Amino acid sequence: MSRQKSSASLKRKCQDDRGKVVRGKGPWSAAVYGYLEMPSNKSSSTIYQFYNCRILKDGKLQREDLWIRDGKILNPEKLFFDEKGYADVRIDCKNLLIAPGYIDVQINGGFGVDFSSDVENCEEGISKVAKGLLAYGCTSFCPTIVTSPPEIYKQILPRIKLRDGSSEGAGVLGIHIEGPFISKDKKGAHPERYLRKFRQGWDDVLDTYSTLEGVRLFTIAPELENSSDIIKQMVKRNIRVSVGHSSANLSQAEAAVKAGATCITHLFNAMGPFHHRDPGIVGLLTSHKIPKGVTLFYGMIADGIHTDPAALRIAYRAHPQGLMVVTDAINAMGFPIGTHKIGQLDVDVTSDGRACISGTNTLCGSIVTMDKCVKHFLEATNCSIEEALEAGTRHPAEMMGIAAQKGTLDYNSDADFILLDDELNVQATYIAGELVWDKVTGNHDKRVIQRKGIS
Amino acid sequence: MRLVILDDYDKASDWAARYIMNRILQFNPGPDNYFVLGLPTGSTPVGTYKKLIEFHKAGQLSFRYVKTFNMDEYVGIARDHPESYHSFMWTNFFKHIDILPENAHILDGNAEDLEEECRQYEEKIKEAGGVELFLGGIGPDGHIAFNEPGSSLVSRTRVKTLAKETIIANSRFFGGDLGKVPTMALTVGVGTVMDSREVMILITGAHKALALYKAIEEGVSHMWTVSAFQQHRKVIFVCDEDATLELKVKTVKYFKGLMHVHNKLIEPMENGPDKKKRKVDEGTKD
Repeated sequence: MSRQKSSASLKRKCQDDRGKVVRGKGPWSAAVYGYLEMPSNKSSSTIYQFYNCRILKDGKLQREDLWIRDGKILNPEKLFFDEKGYADVRIDCKNLLIAPGYIDVQINGGFGVDFSSDVENCEEGISKVAKGLLAYGCTSFCPTIVTSPPEIYKQILPRIKLRDGSSEGAGVLGIHIEGPFISKDKKGAHPERYLRKFRQGWDDVLDTYSTLEGVRLFTIAPELENSSDIIKQMVKRNIRVSVGHSSANLSQAEAAVKAGATCITHLFNAMGPFHHRDPGIVGLLTSHKIPKGVTLFYGMIADGIHTDPAALRIAYRAHPQGLMVVTDAINAMGFPIGTHKIGQLDVDVTSDGRACISGTNTLCGSIVTMDKCVKHFLEATNCSIEEALEAGTRHPAEMMGIAAQKGTLDYNSDADFILLDDELNVQATYIAGELVWDKVTGNHDKRVIQRKGIS
Repeated sequence: MRLVILDDYDKASDWAARYIMNRILQFNPGPDNYFVLGLPTGSTPVGTYKKLIEFHKAGQLSFRYVKTFNMDEYVGIARDHPESYHSFMWTNFFKHIDILPENAHILDGNAEDLEEECRQYEEKIKEAGGVELFLGGIGPDGHIAFNEPGSSLVSRTRVKTLAKETIIANSRFFGGDLGKVPTMALTVGVGTVMDSREVMILITGAHKALALYKAIEEGVSHMWTVSAFQQHRKVIFVCDEDATLELKVKTVKYFKGLMHVHNKLIEPMENGPDKKKRKVDEGTKD
């Protein structure tokens, strides 16, 4: 797509095609909209206008166009009045929805990869999952490392680097370390022999993990001694703290929030059940002791298997603005129905979305994807489409403290977004304004959007 | 002078929009031949803008070769303030159509030299070849643009201090705080609008009935600046029934009797711009 056409052919083109939209080929094709007849934009970067769509903005689906330049969402009003600029490329979205890309803050692996145990191929593993997630509309994630011995952390943690998303895969927001500072009683699938306590306070943390450089989210059982200090230290290092895998009572949970925790790890799973005189961590949802100005977030594994729809509804109705859907997916995620050998284990993936140890009904973990979580959350709670989408976008971004860049379609934020049909099936995924996956070709199609000007 | 009376606001908006569309289509604008359109803000023209957007989306009308000049803008509020006329035009019209930004002109109320800004605006209109059709609305006191009662009828684009009534009326857009309402504006003059080759004024609602009466049944008065257009060689008032409440029955009946003639002006253009141009031109000869 060259804008340097001769002025003679330019004029001729004007008269022939005036007002007509020249359509390209392929899905979400870049309709080159009369650019031949337009004087050149002052900025050298390509400006994209996605039109004929409904975009999620300010908590509402609105019939607006989405404008992109340099991988960021552009304010078209400023472009119009201040720069007198216009779109170089217009893309007909065929009345689809546009939402921010999904953000999964708890995912253990997928496509055969287990982040916590595939030590040798750690980097490839991350890349494989990052790439695979694009098909599910997930544009950023927090690789989650479950309870492991210190030597494993020492090998893995330094090698998981924060990275921006691209056609190579979803962005890595930072590591989520889940364990080993969790409760024995609520360890779930975490190996008990590696669980630890803060006997020496912060030294235990350093001993265990060796480095916290890439860590952005930390799950802790707040009933552990010294946990308040640890939480404060983590928050100081720009690491978000989530309470979970815990049998804490409500006041212990509230103390953790007071110390700086802002999240609950997979609500209802691996914590004391709700009791009316001892509500436990679940009680945080309606606690009056959450400090002013703090929003408490909580992850929900909305796969319809790990959390009953009724429980999902209870949480949603009690505290909708804190709800984040998470997959908590394991290595079998992304595999088709059938029996697979994953690590040492034979796993049956069934048509109803379960992954069981072959020949048994024992669940190995979730194999759900973010798009399915959002859809299930919508169906289970009968919430609005906007709320369902925000549970997979804005809320996790707010929890991670990155809402100015991700999780919304606000002006100047990163142009990570997805096209969806009305049933919320992902049709295309974009990162930094670049098409990185689409349903028709099943892959990144370089013909469709040229990378010129997109960083 | 034409007076077109429609049943209600929606019909008046539809009529006005169809008229504007036909005028643009007849004109057959192109790269060397832009159609120059004057535009108002306010609640009255919103319906007309909606209709024009509809026509554009249906592929019937392009603004690719249309230049627009807005009537006015506040002084001293940010360009992107939600109540600025820039924001109004963006939200209600420009973002929905294919007009090029360099062709959409609005006075800059934040210009360093406001008088120079006004002078240049007149210059730009002249350079564009003058306004082909100026669309206007009016206030209940008969002001057109910010030409408040008492404005000179030969005024040009200039800085104006707003009347107390206007400031109070506008305070509802600024959280009821009179201190936040701009007290000055830049506005085209009555003379600027008079220079257009054609003027269309939208007047709807019972609260504008007195103004419509003053506009067409009484003499020209600088206290009702809209009345100046009685002396324009091609002016068309589009109103709804409610706005006619203060008019004489005779006046209303006379103009209603002409509706079959007026409605020819908005007939769909099927035979291509050239044939229609002739036809509609004949129809508009007064």
